[in-house]
Amino acid sequence: MKHYVGQSIPKVDSHAIISGRALYTDDIALRYKDVLEVKLLRSPHAHAKIKDIDISKALKTPGVVAIYTHHDVPDIRYTGAGQTYPEPSPYDKLILEDTVRYVGDEVAIIVAETPRSAERAMKKIKVKYEVLDAVLDLKTAVDHPVKVHNYDPHFNIPPSIGGMDVSRNIVGEIHTKFGRDMDEVLAESDIILNESYDTQAQAQSMMETFGSYCYMDEQNRIVIISSTQVPFHIKRQVSRALGIPYHRVRVIKPRVGGGFGAKQTIVTDFFAAFVTMKTGRACKLILDRSETGAATNSRHAMHLDVQLAATKDGIIQGLALKSISDQGAYGTHAWTTLGLVGEKSLPLYNRLQAASFDAKVVYTNKMAAGAFRGYGATQGSFAVESTVNTLAKRLGMDPIELRLKNIVHEGEKTLAYNKNILSCSLDRCIERGKKLINWDEYYPYKKIDDKTVLSVGMSVSMQGSGIAELDTSTVEVKLSEDGDYIMYMSPTDVGTGADTILQQMAAEVLRTSLSNITAVIADTDLTPYDPGSYASSGTYVTGGAVVRACEDLIQQIIEVAAVEMEEAKEHLYVEKNKVRCTMNNKTLSIKELAIKNTAGSGRRNLTGVGSFGSPTSPPPYMTGFALIKIDLDTGQTNVEKYVAIVDCGTVINPNLAKIQVEGGIVQGIGLALYEDIKYSQKGAIATNNFMQYRLPVREDIGEIVVEFIESNEPSGPFGAKSIGEIVINTPTSAINAAIENVTGRAIHSLPMTAEKIYWALQGKEM
Amino acid sequence: MKIRLTINGKLHETKISPSDMLIDIVRKLGYTGTKRGCDTTNCGLCTVLVDDKPILSCSYPAYRADEKAVTTIEGVQAEATILGGLLAMEGSDQCGFCTPGLLMNTIAMKRELGYPDDETIKHYLAGNLCRCTGYEGQMRAIKKYLEVTK
Repeated sequence: MKHYVGQSIPKVDSHAIISGRALYTDDIALRYKDVLEVKLLRSPHAHAKIKDIDISKALKTPGVVAIYTHHDVPDIRYTGAGQTYPEPSPYDKLILEDTVRYVGDEVAIIVAETPRSAERAMKKIKVKYEVLDAVLDLKTAVDHPVKVHNYDPHFNIPPSIGGMDVSRNIVGEIHTKFGRDMDEVLAESDIILNESYDTQAQAQSMMETFGSYCYMDEQNRIVIISSTQVPFHIKRQVSRALGIPYHRVRVIKPRVGGGFGAKQTIVTDFFAAFVTMKTGRACKLILDRSETGAATNSRHAMHLDVQLAATKDGIIQGLALKSISDQGAYGTHAWTTLGLVGEKSLPLYNRLQAASFDAKVVYTNKMAAGAFRGYGATQGSFAVESTVNTLAKRLGMDPIELRLKNIVHEGEKTLAYNKNILSCSLDRCIERGKKLINWDEYYPYKKIDDKTVLSVGMSVSMQGSGIAELDTSTVEVKLSEDGDYIMYMSPTDVGTGADTILQQMAAEVLRTSLSNITAVIADTDLTPYDPGSYASSGTYVTGGAVVRACEDLIQQIIEVAAVEMEEAKEHLYVEKNKVRCTMNNKTLSIKELAIKNTAGSGRRNLTGVGSFGSPTSPPPYMTGFALIKIDLDTGQTNVEKYVAIVDCGTVINPNLAKIQVEGGIVQGIGLALYEDIKYSQKGAIATNNFMQYRLPVREDIGEIVVEFIESNEPSGPFGAKSIGEIVINTPTSAINAAIENVTGRAIHSLPMTAEKIYWALQGKEM
Repeated sequence: MKIRLTINGKLHETKISPSDMLIDIVRKLGYTGTKRGCDTTNCGLCTVLVDDKPILSCSYPAYRADEKAVTTIEGVQAEATILGGLLAMEGSDQCGFCTPGLLMNTIAMKRELGYPDDETIKHYLAGNLCRCTGYEGQMRAIKKYLEVTK
C-alpha cells in the first residue's frame, strides 16, 4: 500500500511561503551590508554600432564604484541557454559588445553603492551610436541585406545537421520526413487542406523578475545565488564567459518566484559574476519589470503552414507541417524549440501514411526568444489542432469522432515518433471530457439570445517527459547517524512543488514519514548534478533518480541489518523505520542500526546513490474542451468553462498536479485571447509592463474542471509521466474551434482578439 | 528627510529620500515578506496596510507613511497562518511570490466586507495577479477561509 504517493500533501516549503519568511534572491541580498548595486545601460536602437562611450562624467557621480563597457569584458562568446552540454544553441553573445542587436541590448554595466547613484551615473554616460538598418519581420529575415550577426558563432551542432547559416540570418533548420511520399498520399486523398497560422511572442511573466546576488567566498570563488531553473548550466556558462575554471563558480538556488521557462535562460548571472570578479565585492543585479518584459526572453513567434490530407470518412493520411520561427537577436533555445513544433504535434495521429516537418529559425533584431512552457509544441499544436478541427467542419464530422478515429493508442508505435507508446489513456480522456463539458448540449453552438452564443470546441495534445538520451539526474540519500534521512538532490523547484513530490517518492521507498527526511537542494557545491527544471523533467527524470537512490540505500540497510540480526537478507524488509524479518517477529530499528553503524572501525554513514536518464521521453496526453460565450455585436469572447482531462501516468500529488493544470490552462487562455508582445515600428517592445501586457486576471476566469485518467508508464517512477508543460497547449485550438463553430471560419493568428472574432463574424478575415 | 512610522507596531525613525516608495523602506528595514512585482500598481504583490487600509507600496511615497501605522505580512501572522494554511492545503501557494500580497488584500477584504460572494471576491482581488495557479486554487482556499472564520 502506498502512503505518500498519490496523496495531496502540502508543499514542504509552505510554512515559509505563507508566513512571508521564504527568502528569494533579493531578500537574501538585503540581509547583507555593503552589497553593490548593479544596473545596466541598454540600447535604444534595434541595431547599432557603438562608436564611442564616454563614461568620464558618470564615473564622478558620488557612490559610483565602476562602470564597464565592451572594452572591459572577456572576448569569449557564450549562450545564455541553460541546456545540457554540448548546448544546441549558438555561442553568439558577449557580456558586452560594440554592436547592439535589439532595443534593450546591454551597453554598459554600472556599479554603485546605492541604486540611486547607479541610476544617476547611468544618465551621464554618453554613447555615440551608428544606427544600422534592422531586421524586424521574421518573414523577410532570410537573405535580408542586413545580417544580425556579422561573424561565425560557434555552434555545437554542425551546419550539416543544424543548418546554421548566419550569412542568411538562419540560426537553424530542420527537415524530417516519415513514411511514404507525401505527393502519393495527397493523390490518394479525398480532401486536402492548406492552412496558415501566425503565433505571437508571449511573455512568461513569472511574478519574480530575474535576479542574482553574487559574492566572493573564503576560497576566492564566485558564489551566485540566482533566481534560476538551471544552476549547473549557470556554473558552466558563467565560468566560460568569465574565462575562469569551472570550479571557481558555485551556484545556489533559493526560493524562486516562478519561471515558466524564462529562467532556463541565464540572464543576470553573467553581469553580476563579472562585477564580483572585477571588484571582489558582493553585488546584486535585480531586473525591474520593464527590463524583464523587454530585455530577457519570450516565447518564439512563429509562422506555420499545415497541409493535411484525409479520406472522406475522416482518416488523416498525410500531415506536412512547415514553420518559420522568430529567434530575435540571440540564439537561445532556437533549434530545440523548433524541433518540438513537429515532434509533439504530428505523433498524436496514428493513421498517417506520410508526415513531414520543414522549419527554419531566423535571427531578427528583436528581443531573443527562449524557453516558455510548451517549448514549440504549443505553437505546433495550435496549427495542427486548428487544422484538424477545420477538417471536421469540412467533413461535417464531429471533431470528437474525428479524433477517436485517428489518435494514437497505448501499445502502438507512431509514424512520427518511432518509439513504443507504453502508456496512453487519451481515448478515455476524450470520452470523459465530452461528458463533463455537456458536448451534446452545446455542439456546435447554442444561441442564448439575439446577441449571445455559447459554443464548444476541443483539441488534444501531447508533450514529453524529460529529454530522451540527454537528461540525467543523480540523487544521493544518506542515513544519518541518528536514523533519519538526508537527501541531496538538484531539482530546481520554481514553485511547482517538485521538492515536495520528490520527497513523497523518497518517503514511499524508504517506508518512512515525510518529516523523517531532510532535503538539501540545488547547490552546485553540495548536491549532485541535475540538468535543472525544464523539459517536463522533474517528476520523471529526477523522480527516477530519487527512487533508485532510495532503493540503493534500503539494500545497504538490509545488508547491515542481516549481519546485526543474524538473518538472511532475503527475509528482511523495511517498514515504519524498522527492519523486519518475514520468518519471525524480529525487528531492528533503523535508528539503532544507524547509531551502531556510525561508530567504530569499518563502519560508515550509509549512502544510497541513484541516477536516471531515459532512452525515451514518454508523452503525457490530454484533451481540452472550451465552452465559450461570444457577444455577436462586438466579438467579445469569454471562456465560461474549460474541461481538462489529463493522462500524466500516475498522479504523485493530486492537488499539486491539479494546480499545474489550472495554471497552464489559464496561461493558455491568455495566449489564445489577449497576451501579445507588441513592438513599435522601430523595434522597441511596447508591452514591457503589466499595464500594457495583458495577463489573465481573476475576473477573466470561468470554471475550470480538471480530472486525471491515470495510465501506468513502466519507465516512470511509480508509473508517472510529466505534467508541467502539456497543460498550456490545448486552449488556443479548442477556443478557435468553438469560434469557428459560430463564425464558420477559424482564426489564423494569435491572439484571437475580439476584433478578429468580430470580423470573422462579418465573414471577413483580418 | 526623516520619517517616523510604526511597522507591525514597532516604531521606526528612518531617513528616506523623496523618491523612495514605501516598499523600499519596509524591505530595507527587514520586512522582506513584501514583494516587488511590477512597480506600476498592476500586480498587487507589494500590498501592505497603512492605517488598516490596503495600499500598493510600490507606488506609495514613503513620505506619506510619516506618522502612520504600516502592517506587513510579518504583522498578521495569526491570520496568515489560517488563510495561508488553506492555500497550502490546495497546493495553491506555488511559487509563493504573490502570496504575501494576496494574503494582505484578502485579510483587508474580510475586515472591510465580512463575507462577500464569489463575484465580489474576484472583483476585490482582481488586482492580485498570480501566474502559477490560474486563480482557481486560491479561490477555493479563500472561500474556505471565509467559511472557517465565520
